[in-house]
Amino acid sequence: MAELTYLQAISDGLRLEMRRDKRVYVIGEDVGVYGGAFKVTLGFQEEFGPWRVIDAPLSETAIVGSCTGAALMGMRPVAEMQFADFVSCAWDHLVTIAAKQFYRAGTPIPIVVRLPSGGGFSGGPFHSQNPESSFAHIPGLKCVCPATPEDAKGLLASAIEDPNPVLYFEHKHLYRRIKAEVPEERYTTPIGKARTHREGEDLSVITWGAMVYTADEAADELAKEDVSVEVIDLRSVLPWDREAVLASVRKTSKVLVLHEDTRTGGFGAEIAATIAEEAFESLDAPVKRIASPDAPVPYSPPLEKAYLPQVETVAAGLRELAAY
Amino acid sequence: MAIAREAEPVGSLHEVREAGLDREDLLTIYRNMLITRGVEERGHILYKQGKIPGSFYTGRGNEAAAVAVAMAMQPDDVGTPLHRDMGVHITRGLEAWRIFANYMGRADGPARGRDGNVHMADARLGMISMVSHLPAMLPVAVGCALAFRIREEKRVAVGWFGEGSAARGDAHESMNLAGVRRLPVVFICDNNQWAYSTPTHLGFAVEHIADRAEAYGFEGVVVDGTDVLAVYREAKRAVEKAREGGGPTLIECLTLRMEGHAVHDDAFYVPKHMFEEWAKSDPIERFRTWLREHAELSDDEEEELNSEIKKLLNDAIKRAEESPLPDPATVTDGVYAAPEDLDTPHHR
Repeated sequence: MAELTYLQAISDGLRLEMRRDKRVYVIGEDVGVYGGAFKVTLGFQEEFGPWRVIDAPLSETAIVGSCTGAALMGMRPVAEMQFADFVSCAWDHLVTIAAKQFYRAGTPIPIVVRLPSGGGFSGGPFHSQNPESSFAHIPGLKCVCPATPEDAKGLLASAIEDPNPVLYFEHKHLYRRIKAEVPEERYTTPIGKARTHREGEDLSVITWGAMVYTADEAADELAKEDVSVEVIDLRSVLPWDREAVLASVRKTSKVLVLHEDTRTGGFGAEIAATIAEEAFESLDAPVKRIASPDAPVPYSPPLEKAYLPQVETVAAGLRELAAY
Repeated sequence: MAIAREAEPVGSLHEVREAGLDREDLLTIYRNMLITRGVEERGHILYKQGKIPGSFYTGRGNEAAAVAVAMAMQPDDVGTPLHRDMGVHITRGLEAWRIFANYMGRADGPARGRDGNVHMADARLGMISMVSHLPAMLPVAVGCALAFRIREEKRVAVGWFGEGSAARGDAHESMNLAGVRRLPVVFICDNNQWAYSTPTHLGFAVEHIADRAEAYGFEGVVVDGTDVLAVYREAKRAVEKAREGGGPTLIECLTLRMEGHAVHDDAFYVPKHMFEEWAKSDPIERFRTWLREHAELSDDEEEELNSEIKKLLNDAIKRAEESPLPDPATVTDGVYAAPEDLDTPHHR
């Protein structure tokens, strides 16, 4: 075991996959000599050469579209969007082609698109978004959102191994902030299995990505007030672990769904609806949602702080639930 | 003023032999053109009979361009043909009965009822099934070429698009990336002069789509898409150049859209004289005349060929009609691939 940052874990996982499987290559903007905007692929071009660590023109359409073609020819492409926000330019290639090709044509498209996502550092409207719910609505895609360094490495290996197009949402605010012990060898973390980040008895928080830590800090606050909060880290939103969520709801009977993406049509709505359908009898309070408000992500620090769910907001929501 | 090279027509049998085609090849080309048109004519009838759901598209006037390019490819080469390129599927060996089965939404069509009309391909024949967002197939073709380049394989990808598709950013991004990396890809623009109801002067401001190639750092060629032998010569040259590391080529085939955008469209917006001119340069009639003049195509041979194709199409329709409709219980099967699905010729 070694202590790695979330970012180092992604980098380590990717490097191991490229060492063990020659079909894996990386393509993106500035991923080669520069090592990527966040340095995930730093040193990769020296090790793997310019045809496996490919600096592409500023062309998200061609980057992701070409991954589909290369995957059809037996490669295992890993595309990097410099920021998750730019995946809008590759929408067609994920949603129109990659997601539907196996259903329509019987040919699997094993591609991974890495999406540095999330806010918290004044990135503004185009460098802070969490677009996972848009893609979670698309049958044929998979969407993973690791929260820990260990999962970042294991889910990346699973994503590359998976025969389907996988969107890998890596939260930028976790890159250097979160550090943990990570196994040195290669391992996979199954896609679609939630993780209990914190066990609790009284309330459940269902979340993923950076909000796992916000929920955990809020749970610390509630613990001081003798309220025991369980935090479920979904790890992936497509597919998502319904059983784990329902089991936690049945145990605690009160649930808060928390995400950093905006509220209306956010993935939390699907989770809340499923809980209402499947676990209504177990609920002792209405399902509560906390999410960013329905607005673009603002730039200025006080605006962004007002926008992103904060520990105190989540703690207040939990207190309301506890008192219900 | 045109920037792209304007290809000369092919005249004599001698020129054809220089291009590497013998008489048998010529008859194969002609046969594939006839089957292509026959499949679409018979499909149109089935559509009118209500046996084909949805919509129906033909590539009448595009048969020469499609068949010639496919003939210029090697078996290991791959491509992304579109809805005017039935001749590519026929030439690569997709059986007519499976095409009819696809039209009719049957379980034995390449799309197994999950997609219709020409949205199909047989991956075993190196073909990739198109989507309706037509130029979106170009980055896919470029990706195939990228895989070949990474693995240093001498294989070529061919990406088709229309002059209408040329307006989309996908066309630009894919050609730019292919040019930058000198990838083994050939871009074929079927310029049939009409993007649904939009004429070329409302689609692009240069003389030829192929003029753009220069700006991407590779060669552009304009060729008469009704001259099957000229298209073959240019496609062969481009495919082999790509295979030898010479980078991409953009070939613009000037073809005809002898019918509406789809069969529901009477194309009232196309000037009548255009249809009259197109009828005179029908690629099949043109090649037939050439074969009779230069390759001694006889009445007997023609009759034999026509009756063989008629039987082939009759048998194909019968077999397609016998193919079952897909089981409704399978509607959500195969949304996701399982690891064993990767055991395909491509993913080996």
